[in-house]
Amino acid sequence: MQDQPTPGEMLKAVAAFLRGAGPKEAQPHVAYQTRVAANVLDLVARELAIAPRENTLEAERLRAILKCDGSLEELNTAFAEALDRGTLSIMSPKVWDHLWATTLAKLSIDQPAYSGYRAALTDRDGLANP
Amino acid sequence: MNTSMSYEGRIAAGLRELVATLVPGAAVEGLQRLSGGATQETWRFEVASSAGSTTMILRRAPSGRLSQEAVGLDIEARLISAARDRDVPVPRVRHVLTPDDGLGSGFIMDFVEGETLGGRIVKSETFAAVRETLSRRCGEILAKVHSIDTAQFPSLRSSAPMELLQHWEAQYRSTQWPRPVFVCAFRWLRQTCPPPPARPCVVHGDFRNGNLIIGADGIRAVLDWELAHIGDPMEDIGWLCVNSWRFGRMDKVVGGFGDLADLIAGYNQAGGAPIRIESCKWWEVFGTLRWGVMCATMTAAFRTTDPTVERAAIARRASETEIDLLRLLAG
Repeated sequence: MQDQPTPGEMLKAVAAFLRGAGPKEAQPHVAYQTRVAANVLDLVARELAIAPRENTLEAERLRAILKCDGSLEELNTAFAEALDRGTLSIMSPKVWDHLWATTLAKLSIDQPAYSGYRAALTDRDGLANP
Repeated sequence: MNTSMSYEGRIAAGLRELVATLVPGAAVEGLQRLSGGATQETWRFEVASSAGSTTMILRRAPSGRLSQEAVGLDIEARLISAARDRDVPVPRVRHVLTPDDGLGSGFIMDFVEGETLGGRIVKSETFAAVRETLSRRCGEILAKVHSIDTAQFPSLRSSAPMELLQHWEAQYRSTQWPRPVFVCAFRWLRQTCPPPPARPCVVHGDFRNGNLIIGADGIRAVLDWELAHIGDPMEDIGWLCVNSWRFGRMDKVVGGFGDLADLIAGYNQAGGAPIRIESCKWWEVFGTLRWGVMCATMTAAFRTTDPTVERAAIARRASETEIDLLRLLAG
């Protein structure tokens, strides 16, 4: 068992350091890159916390839709091919719900403050299949 | 040139030599690399002479780092000049770099003071009054951009909507990473694709909030012409409506600052040729998907030519387009 602090805690500390100590006298592009670097560390911390559970759920849903097994990447490749060929359709409630759930989980890691994500969280229930 | 010099030192040395030939007796001061512009470098500097000091911008691409879609900085400079002739607000181009200048490819233009950060443009109290005018003004400006004589730019790529789709679908496939939402969007776009435009025109290709310099008096300059091509005028309008450029103001469809009706009114009043506004949703979906594919292809750039934190961060913005695409396909 590895010692503490956890990777997530250390990432948060480094992100906070970059934000606080971000060289204010630096050239604008360096200050900008420093802010971007802090944001990326926050993203990685969210992925470490959220992805294990969400990836398991995503794979379960895909196995149920595709009725086959494989790695998450293999399942997604097969799913994308079926959608492209038209053997699966977003008109199917199972497919549609899966796309929403998967995309919401991705956004909760990549950009939890994004406007389209915030709006989707509030009016998700109001949106039926296309 | 001294190879032990810093990167910035080499740019400064090249600029000093160049400016001395353009403005005899002038010196280069305060060279500063600006943020923004993921595929190209932008530098700001002062040209100081006995007549006073002028702020200028150097746009340059170290060789081989331009994205595949970019027109090349020499063409970009010519497009800016052609737009200026049509009364489009753009910076004045001062010099197009030649191999003798030793600065790579690029050009020098006047610096235009103002705000480019989309978030501030849609939210700041400073721009409350001007925001009301921006959508209409964008319509007027786009009508002028679309009136640029295409014959002046034979090297620009010309594509029908279906060809654009094929191009971006090939880009998506090149990432070799499955994105079921993109696949659904490509399918929808293929099934509802509009015919080729009756009158193909010069499309700016990246006309959005973030590439406009805004002041209290309105739009002072349209930037970043590197993605220009020949196509359907609706492409620019759909792109301007993509949610990623609304900076949180989703209710303001045009750039987060205005309404489509104002944009169309401005377009028509400025003498724009008839446009098929009913295809706006198709072009918004296409624009959203195009931005998503652009983000997705950044992973390959990150792993090869440009392993910067900024590249990685933009690559991870692909998912924002997936949620927007789902919302659009549902609506």
